[in-house]
Amino acid sequence: MDRQAIMEQGLTQPLVAPLLSPAARRRQLREKVIAGFITLMAFTGIAALILIIIFVAKEALALFTEPEARHEASLSKMFLAQDVAPGRPPFRWQPVSKIPKVSMIPLFVGTLKTTAVSMLVAVPLGVFGALFAAEFAPRRLRELLKPVIELLAGIPSVVLGFFALMVMSTVVKEALGFDRPLNAMLAGLGLALAIVPVIFTVSEDALTSVPRSYREASLALGATPWETAWKVVLPAAAPGILAACVLGFGRAIGETMIVLMASGNADVISWSLGDSARSLSATIAAEMGEVVVGSPHYSLLFFIGVQLFIFTFVLNLIASTWTRRVVRKLTGGAT
Amino acid sequence: MKHGTRRAVGLALTSLTGLAAFIIIAMLGIILFNVVENGAGGVTWTFLSKPPEDGMMGGGIFPAIFGTAALTLLMTVAVMPVGVLTAVYLHEYAPPNSLFARFVRVAVVNLAGVPSIVFGLFGLGFFILFVGQGMDRALGHEEMYWAQPGILWASLTLAVLTLPVVIVSTEEALRAVPMDHRTASLALGATQSQTLGRVVLPGALPGILTGAVLAISRGAGEVAPILFTGAAYFLPDLPTHLNSQFMHLGYHTYVMATQSPDVEATRPLLYSTVLVLLLLTFALNLVAVIIRTRTRRKAAGSH
Repeated sequence: MDRQAIMEQGLTQPLVAPLLSPAARRRQLREKVIAGFITLMAFTGIAALILIIIFVAKEALALFTEPEARHEASLSKMFLAQDVAPGRPPFRWQPVSKIPKVSMIPLFVGTLKTTAVSMLVAVPLGVFGALFAAEFAPRRLRELLKPVIELLAGIPSVVLGFFALMVMSTVVKEALGFDRPLNAMLAGLGLALAIVPVIFTVSEDALTSVPRSYREASLALGATPWETAWKVVLPAAAPGILAACVLGFGRAIGETMIVLMASGNADVISWSLGDSARSLSATIAAEMGEVVVGSPHYSLLFFIGVQLFIFTFVLNLIASTWTRRVVRKLTGGAT
Repeated sequence: MKHGTRRAVGLALTSLTGLAAFIIIAMLGIILFNVVENGAGGVTWTFLSKPPEDGMMGGGIFPAIFGTAALTLLMTVAVMPVGVLTAVYLHEYAPPNSLFARFVRVAVVNLAGVPSIVFGLFGLGFFILFVGQGMDRALGHEEMYWAQPGILWASLTLAVLTLPVVIVSTEEALRAVPMDHRTASLALGATQSQTLGRVVLPGALPGILTGAVLAISRGAGEVAPILFTGAAYFLPDLPTHLNSQFMHLGYHTYVMATQSPDVEATRPLLYSTVLVLLLLTFALNLVAVIIRTRTRRKAAGSH
């Protein structure tokens, strides 16, 4: 009863508002406006991501809404085997021929082939290089290695593509005895140049975030430096290293110029690395220039873009989850 | 296993990791050596100051240098304010545990992972076909004026692409400004924005510049996003309007390497073009690395 009365009294009495001079009030208002403006600017990043998917998907939408496009490039034509004359391949990507063939399977195979080669080369190089830098390298060497990696990461992909095309192609062809100078192997090796820095940098971050006490404990128990690195530090940093590989994988799938210049771009399905390959990204780059805006072919290329966006988006989410996990695990373990 | 054997195995495997590191360094060395060896002879003043001649078989690459510079300049003007203010929001203004800030971070990380060719599609679909056509309709242009590939749209596309670079470096720079500077400024009666403008941003300036330089070096080298948003193979005239097409060092490299009728004849010019492009991006990267090591050292010393 008393409490109620006191509370009611408190509510009826006017709150004492701080007395502000007009200048101070104007200043407060200005602060609010500035804070609001900055918050608004921070929205750009989100807006960009949303606009990208909306506008790329919007141009691809015609594939599902317009009868002509649906007839010419239906989902079954994109992903299932087609009835063709015997001896002809059932999966073809020839969107500009008289009877357009729009199977995405050769593009998937090409992308997978080049990406697999690049991962097989870049993961051991990147992870082992990072292990060396984080665990074994003398300080001087480590300080040399970091700028080298940054410079390698700074080489434009068109230059790597040029290097693969002009220099590596003859070397690879001679060394492996391939028929064609431009093939999946070459594109994969070129891609490896692009993703080694990614894998190295992220792995090295994960390795160096492993607390010193882990290493000291392991060495004190009599493990050799290598055993410490391999059986203690590497497992502790494993989610971060996986994240590095996933990021590298995403980058390899989306990388365009290197594959466009080095893979030969033929829509053949074969698992031989000596054959030419056509990737998803290179297809967009090669064909968008000559396509009629609004045609089924045009929508198809945007549809490939949607697929690329989704693949890399999912890979990125996985990678960032794993990176967060390694941080949580190690900070939790250290205390 | 005996301790001796374990040690020996360990040493062997350790040298294997050293070999991996060595291969990485060697790859960079081989690329640089090859490009410098074959390209250095062709980089003369005429090469840098003349337009291409004889169907790309002679002359220089001045329009491509100019186009690249103009493109990255426009891109920088567009990306820096947005990127810096986003980082300022994330580090200075966002309330702790803000859900919005977390969304922004997630968006930035994912934006950094979007393939560059998808940015090209976005530039075409959004800037040229949506914004450009909208502007043409609004401004009453009878013929296509904005709804066509041009330097403005290409630079805005690159600005979206480099936004994460700027945000991440700026945030790192803001983190390096000691908290004491902010509290001292606030204690003296400065408002939050005054503290930001006169204490925090000047303190973070080197790091912000690093971000700008890194963004420029990234933007100058990207070809995929500008393939269909404005780059042209050969234009005798320099871009004069915001809707002009332009030549670009990277695109020039791509076209000369893949579509030249006579590969042997264009090879020296091609190598020289690549050398110029590499020097440009490396010089920018080097500047960024130097500024950053210096700020990191300073930040480490002040704590």
